[in-house]
Amino acid sequence: MRYSAFSIVRNALSGNLNWKPQWRQPQPKSHYDVIIVGGGGHGLSTAYYLAKEFGVKNVAVLEKGYLGSGNVGRNTTIVRSNYMLPGNEPFYEFSMKLWEGLEQDLNYNVMLSQRGVIMLYHSDAQRDAYVRRGNAMWMEGVEAELIERDQLKKMIPFLNYDHARYPILGGLLQRRAGTARHDAVAWGYARGADQHGVDIIEHCEVTGIRRENGVVTGVETSNGFIGCGKLALAAAGNSSRVGEMADLKLPLESHVLQAFVTEGLKPCIDHVIVYGGGHFYISQSDKGGLVFGAEIDGYSSYAQRGNLATAEHVMEEGVSMIPGLSRVRVLRAWGGVMDMSMDGSPIIDRTSIDNLYLNCGWCYGGFKATPASGYCFAHLIARNDTHPVARALRLDRFARGYAVDEAGAGPQPNLH
Amino acid sequence: MASLITCPHCGVRPKEEFAIRGDASLIRPAPSASDEAWHDYVYVRANPRGRTVEHWHHIAGCRRFLVVERDTVTHEVYSVVDGTAAAREARR
Ligand SMILES: Cc1cc2nc3c(=O)[nH]c(=O)nc-3n(C[C@H](O)[C@H](O)[C@H](O)COP(=O)(O)OP(=O)(O)OC[C@H]3O[C@@H](n4cnc5c(N)ncnc54)[C@H](O)[C@@H]3O)c2cc1C
Ligand SMILES: [Zn+2]
Repeated sequence: MRYSAFSIVRNALSGNLNWKPQWRQPQPKSHYDVIIVGGGGHGLSTAYYLAKEFGVKNVAVLEKGYLGSGNVGRNTTIVRSNYMLPGNEPFYEFSMKLWEGLEQDLNYNVMLSQRGVIMLYHSDAQRDAYVRRGNAMWMEGVEAELIERDQLKKMIPFLNYDHARYPILGGLLQRRAGTARHDAVAWGYARGADQHGVDIIEHCEVTGIRRENGVVTGVETSNGFIGCGKLALAAAGNSSRVGEMADLKLPLESHVLQAFVTEGLKPCIDHVIVYGGGHFYISQSDKGGLVFGAEIDGYSSYAQRGNLATAEHVMEEGVSMIPGLSRVRVLRAWGGVMDMSMDGSPIIDRTSIDNLYLNCGWCYGGFKATPASGYCFAHLIARNDTHPVARALRLDRFARGYAVDEAGAGPQPNLH
Repeated sequence: MASLITCPHCGVRPKEEFAIRGDASLIRPAPSASDEAWHDYVYVRANPRGRTVEHWHHIAGCRRFLVVERDTVTHEVYSVVDGTAAAREARR
């Protein structure tokens, strides 16, 4: 069913009883050309682009929980392409461009809101770093604006400009960046993939990878064995566990990241604001809740829940940037398991096994990458050839000495 | 994560006093070892779901490196021992 104003009126007049489920609940077939492990944003977008752009339609997505139960439904929904390194920026800008056409492409309202992302600076050195980053963006054809203090005060009057330790001197703004409704992104891609014939199989956990003569022949699952021509892993925080089923040794550690939402308020925060004194980011959802988060807790974890000390630290950062936040009540907090890579950048690549493909290492920035990750992964799976914007994101970059270390923190996952 | 860690030197302390260095099960290769051995040591992680051993640095206390054995799902801490003592034990 295509959505339109007409379909809303027609369904309203018939009591809203005739809406169809957005995707089927098929029984798994015995064999698929491609099986994708993980029904998060990346697995679903990969399936969608495989079927739509690359003509590979005999595809299944296997998801151990319900669709969107992983990080795709847990993130703070920020989408942006303000990276610095030449290995990253073209990839994220490709993603940003796909975001800009996504609602038309999917016929689905993902509530993309290009409200602008501003990253604050608090010292001359930090200003220099942001000028450099802005220039690096311009070199890839991406607009960036340096907003000085006076101008910023008019834009965002409620910040703590005269903080004694972290005075706010200005910010680097990407106007095209913003937020998108994360659940709708998962649902939109699922519906689109399903319409192109992809089987989305929920509550189906992959427990083993069967190999014969060095190639993958299929997967053991909680619903029995399913054969495949090619196997594609997109299991985010569980990538090491799924990879282990095929003896892959990965440069990853799983870490927990928390997010928070407050009671609903009238519109007050118009942008996504990122604090430079720590790493706190905040935006306001369309329902009015303030959605915010900061860095990972710092210890490796597979539990989707965080530590209270981190929650306290996040609140302190928030109040330090926007004192008025101290009056707002927090409604909910939750955690997600991040696939932190050794250089903080993702991996989209083939593996030592010919028909096994890998997509992982998204750290805590993989939501914005959802369209490009799926597109590039589909390109790789269908053509056995790396998409040009994903060339720097190969698995062997560590061995070759080409880590893409945006933070300059070295091979330690909890510092990225 | 457990909120309190029992340092063998300082006693019960909040976990915020510690910095986590990472996997303590890796063994540093010889300087002349192959590139592959060094690659695995520097970049590859077992990333276990369940029991794990890690180097924790008690930065706001005795500043000793410790070996913490804990669970990455339940967050239970099983043991905390001094790093040097653990290394000596391993050599035996
Ligand atoms: C609190 C939080 C805030 C974040 N904020 C942002 C942000 O503002 N901007 C941004 O760009 N990114 C953000 N991220 C990161 C982003 O959400 C992730 O990088 C991204 O969602 C990961 O890709 P995914 O959607 O495919 O992952 P997931 O949704 O986690 O998908 C992986 C799926 O694989 C399934 N799976 C695992 N093992 C198996 C198995 N054996 N068999 C079958 N299925 C399996 C899981 O159940 C899961 O559904 C945030 C993450 C968190 C947790
Ligand atoms: Zn101590």
